[in-house]
Amino acid sequence: MSIDMSQFYQVFFEETAEHLANMENLLLTLDVLEPDQEQLNAVFRAAHSIKGSSGTFGFTDLQDVTHILENLLDKVRKGELKLREDMIDAFLDAGDILKGMLAAHQGDGASDTDMAKAVCQRLRLLTENEAAAAATHAPAPEHAVSPAPTFADAAAAPAAALQCGFDLYFILEGDAATTEATLENLMAELAEQGDVRIVGRAASPDQPWHLQMGGVEDAELLRGMLEFVARNDSIRVTPLGEGGASDATDGAYGFFTDSVTPVAADESYGFFEPVGEAAGTAASDDAYGFFEPLPETPAPAPAASADESYGFFDPLPESEATPAAEPVKSETAEGAYGFFVDTATLPAATAAPSTVAPVVPVVEEKPAAVKRPAPVAAAKPGADTSIRVGVDKVDQLINLVGELVITQAMLAQSASQIDPVEFERLHNGLIQLERNTRDLQESVMSIRMMPMSVVFSRFPRVVRDLSQKLGKQVELKTSGESTELDRGLIERITDPLTHLIRNSLDHGIEMPDERAANGKQPVGTISLSAYHQSGNIVIEVGDDGAGLPRNKILAKAKERGFNVHDQMTDQEVYGLIFEAGFSTADQITEVSGRGVGMDVVKKNITAMGGRVEIDSMPGVGTRMTVKLPLTLAILDGMSVAVGNETYIIPLGYVIESLQVEHGMMKSVSGVERLIQVRDEYLPVVTLYEIFRVPGAITSFEEGIMIILEADGTKAALFVDAMVGQHQVVIKSLESNYRKVAGVSGATIMGDGRVALILDVSMLVSMARHALPAAA
Amino acid sequence: MVQENKTKTADEGGFAQEYLTFTLGPEEYAIDILKVQEIRGYEPPTTIANAPAFIKGVINLRGIIVPIVDLRIKFGVGKADYTPFTVVIILSIVGRVVGIVVDGVSDVTSLRSEQIRPAPEFAATVDTRYINGLGTLGERMLIVVDIEKLMLSGEMALVDEVAQA
Repeated sequence: MSIDMSQFYQVFFEETAEHLANMENLLLTLDVLEPDQEQLNAVFRAAHSIKGSSGTFGFTDLQDVTHILENLLDKVRKGELKLREDMIDAFLDAGDILKGMLAAHQGDGASDTDMAKAVCQRLRLLTENEAAAAATHAPAPEHAVSPAPTFADAAAAPAAALQCGFDLYFILEGDAATTEATLENLMAELAEQGDVRIVGRAASPDQPWHLQMGGVEDAELLRGMLEFVARNDSIRVTPLGEGGASDATDGAYGFFTDSVTPVAADESYGFFEPVGEAAGTAASDDAYGFFEPLPETPAPAPAASADESYGFFDPLPESEATPAAEPVKSETAEGAYGFFVDTATLPAATAAPSTVAPVVPVVEEKPAAVKRPAPVAAAKPGADTSIRVGVDKVDQLINLVGELVITQAMLAQSASQIDPVEFERLHNGLIQLERNTRDLQESVMSIRMMPMSVVFSRFPRVVRDLSQKLGKQVELKTSGESTELDRGLIERITDPLTHLIRNSLDHGIEMPDERAANGKQPVGTISLSAYHQSGNIVIEVGDDGAGLPRNKILAKAKERGFNVHDQMTDQEVYGLIFEAGFSTADQITEVSGRGVGMDVVKKNITAMGGRVEIDSMPGVGTRMTVKLPLTLAILDGMSVAVGNETYIIPLGYVIESLQVEHGMMKSVSGVERLIQVRDEYLPVVTLYEIFRVPGAITSFEEGIMIILEADGTKAALFVDAMVGQHQVVIKSLESNYRKVAGVSGATIMGDGRVALILDVSMLVSMARHALPAAA
Repeated sequence: MVQENKTKTADEGGFAQEYLTFTLGPEEYAIDILKVQEIRGYEPPTTIANAPAFIKGVINLRGIIVPIVDLRIKFGVGKADYTPFTVVIILSIVGRVVGIVVDGVSDVTSLRSEQIRPAPEFAATVDTRYINGLGTLGERMLIVVDIEKLMLSGEMALVDEVAQA
């Protein structure tokens, strides 16, 4: 039964990473004093899914850590332990360890086993200490040997028996021919673990086997062994109850195999655990989450742990009697029961400690209980459907649609020369085509779009860790998480944003006592918001801290020999903090203050075609605004003509355009290189000279000047004429050619020709430092 | 891979390899056919500023930006005029797509390794490093060019310095 699992590894890595991220988010939003039950369950489910799949794929280190984590989580969510801040810390650390392990399995560094051990130890301590403390009022499920004081003596006996044996039910994979050999192997393996005997043989390959194991405590281990030979959805590992429980499950099982109900049961598994991991375990565990809305759940210990799954079978009159059922349930930490067993054992324990009685109620209750999961299962699939597709496939799709748009534009251009009356249908068809292409392009582009929450979700952790380290109290408020942004940008904006937030935390927010002295709330606020504004996405990082010290920045700038003067506007002064090597921090801390970072932030954002601005008010706070284009693939451009060539200028850099009038051009040392625009003198960049375009207009007064701003510097670009404004699809020149100075890329125009996109920052800096090409 | 195969066949002197032959002025050249992606007519490309004269510019080949090299200018053969019969051979070389302008494509010929004589050292616009040898086909002499080496070389200025290293 060797299946090559490695082909699924990538899926496992992605899923586990998602689960981890999800878990971390939930943990951070969890209210320690009054944890939301739904959230606790979600955290538990995430941990459980990781455990399940890592076990399936054989990543035992991941499995071990999650197992311990899960135990503690399970107790917390059942209300047996009270959630505390240090638990959250431990959970988060465990999450980090898991991430490290995951990265190590992906071949990215080695996981720190010592750290892992330390965290496991911590989790274990938390689990056991608390369990011991809790034992006074509730039995700790792991040590269920000592029955709760409420139990009748008769009930205590099965509880003890449960510890050391299991009933195993499973349907073997493969056909009748292989069954004997498979079973023989299995029996040999099981025999190494403890005493095993065959209780019920399968009459045909579709029928379940029933084995009994003695002297084994780890249901998971057995399950793992069975998974190799049996159909996953058919495996049931139930504790070996004495008399009643055992018989009851037996009876229940037999009942189902002969009817249609197993199908219903399978469907419900599908619902509980779409991931397709070890079905048996997952089904029952996740089932708890599902049953959870019951009011009883937050109730303390004994009742709570038993209730969750029984809630589903509410019609059962026995719910009040759950304490008596407790011993049977107490092993549920692993959740290895199918829920048929639960119903079976419940009446068994409640009716009386008699051994025969339960069989009857089981048979009666079953059909009613089982019918329910089916409709729910049918309703679920529509709710959450998504597929994983490689980015390259999506990019290819986008490219093709780009082509389609160009082809459509070419057709439209040709058709405009045809008589519209005579060829009315052709024209109508083309109009229809245009509309469809546009819609298609929009929907395809939207595939690449991802919500900002992907980025924002990282920051609660950053803020939490950092504020603890700095001894500050900070609250992070986010808004606009659903704002969508191109995937490529999402990946690249994360680091700059992290930096801005760290900066706000370190420099912006004051210490709590300082805040109190200034009459502010001791808890500072960092706000993070995203929204759309005229074709751009705007991300704001704000804090209600001390604000930027204008004078200090100026003084520091002078000290560093920057070109500054006292008449600079606030904006310009604040802009200085983006200069390389600039820091106003009095002390260099681990967090920031070395003066590296903010310049990188600005560089990264500029490289994405974005801008960053700062507003600040002393004592009130600082707001940094990042403006980004919606996507990297499409650009709003202005096309200009020089000679016979067409160039595209990214619209974001264009401030205005003007016609040169007599006297506007000023010459320096005999060369007309400056233009006076209102009260500013701007350097002139003549495109035809830089690109050596023949046949261009050389007289300034016949062409047009386009005023550009890049990196805070303005320059005037001289071109022949402005042609129009387009949305252009950016194509790389470098993929088949090389980088060209002054050109950032290329695009394909409506007529199918290539136009080059100008690299405005480069052109502007060319204007500043002589003109190498034209000189 | 192809390169390996070629040297192998040359050593063993056995199998013939197929070449696309084209003309530049009066001369006939041959390149490995496996490097050829397609052949198309010439259309005026978009010029690139400050590029060497033999780089005519870039064209749009179904959405890909492809640089166009005029081999006649590069090799200094024939007249670089563009008629309706001027042909562009689109090459696919280690993942990059490049077009070369030639006067005309003749045919596809197979040459056995013994038909290819090593080129003598001689002074020419083309560095002999890029010439694999001279093929003889009856009266015709084919200049067998290692087009991959040529296109990726620094003097073609088609790739960034980094990319070559």
